[in-house]
Amino acid sequence: MVHLSAEEKEAVLGLWGKVNVDEVGGEALGRLLVVYPWTQRFFESFGDLSSADAVIGNPKVKAHGKKVLQSFSDGLKHLDNLKGTFAKLSELHCDQLHVDPENFRLLGNVIVVVLARHFGKDFNPDVQAAFQKVVAGVANALAHKYH
Amino acid sequence: MVLAAADRAAVRALWKKLDGNVGVYTTEALERTFAAFPSTKIYFLHLDLNPGSAQVKAHGRKVADALTLAVDRLDDLPSALSALRELHTQRLRVDPVNFKLLGHCLLVTLARHYPGDFSPGLQASLDKFLSHVTSALAPQCR
Repeated sequence: MVHLSAEEKEAVLGLWGKVNVDEVGGEALGRLLVVYPWTQRFFESFGDLSSADAVIGNPKVKAHGKKVLQSFSDGLKHLDNLKGTFAKLSELHCDQLHVDPENFRLLGNVIVVVLARHFGKDFNPDVQAAFQKVVAGVANALAHKYH
Repeated sequence: MVLAAADRAAVRALWKKLDGNVGVYTTEALERTFAAFPSTKIYFLHLDLNPGSAQVKAHGRKVADALTLAVDRLDDLPSALSALRELHTQRLRVDPVNFKLLGHCLLVTLARHYPGDFSPGLQASLDKFLSHVTSALAPQCR
């Protein structure tokens, strides 16, 4: 469960309302694959990931990034029950995809960096702090069903 | 372990662009670290940590000087940062995980101020540079 004050919740949802979820998703996933290249191990079927430009331009990366961020977006509607909201996805990532949960934390931080890039001044320290709580909560929820 | 040539070039180019303003960004990075990761404040109980604090600004300048030193001595970070390593491990006894948190907040700060320059490639180079700095400050590095 994520403990956000009323102001933090308002800040998060307010900013999120202005996010182009499709674009930010593709950018965040692309940056994850470029900055932390070992994460590419989960995307071998995606084709050309040979350079930063190839990754960022890759249509499968963009599509999957969109999917990931839409899921994240759903999570924001259920901040008081992230574990329940992400239970099925947690099982999927453990049992079928075998993703190291550390990657959820890495992606969370990449999303924060992308938001800073897009929102500049509006992404002040307090807004960042609220988002760090959210990404940590989502990462924990996704790791929750691991066994 | 040394940083690859392309990463060094990218970091040096950015540092040139930041010019004399590195302290502004490291100070903001510290403010972000204290806000987002409150446990980091335990190392600074002797400072006024309110936003705009002159003491945080002064510490930001120290961090800036250290990073600029690191940029100038990329081929031998362990030696360049040996005094700082000793300070942080023997005297201050900072858990190295905190350097990662500050590093992340520095990336956030640079992304916020230089959105057009902050390409995925630059982000990767900076992340590697900061990892090298963190390693050079850690107790295991001799």
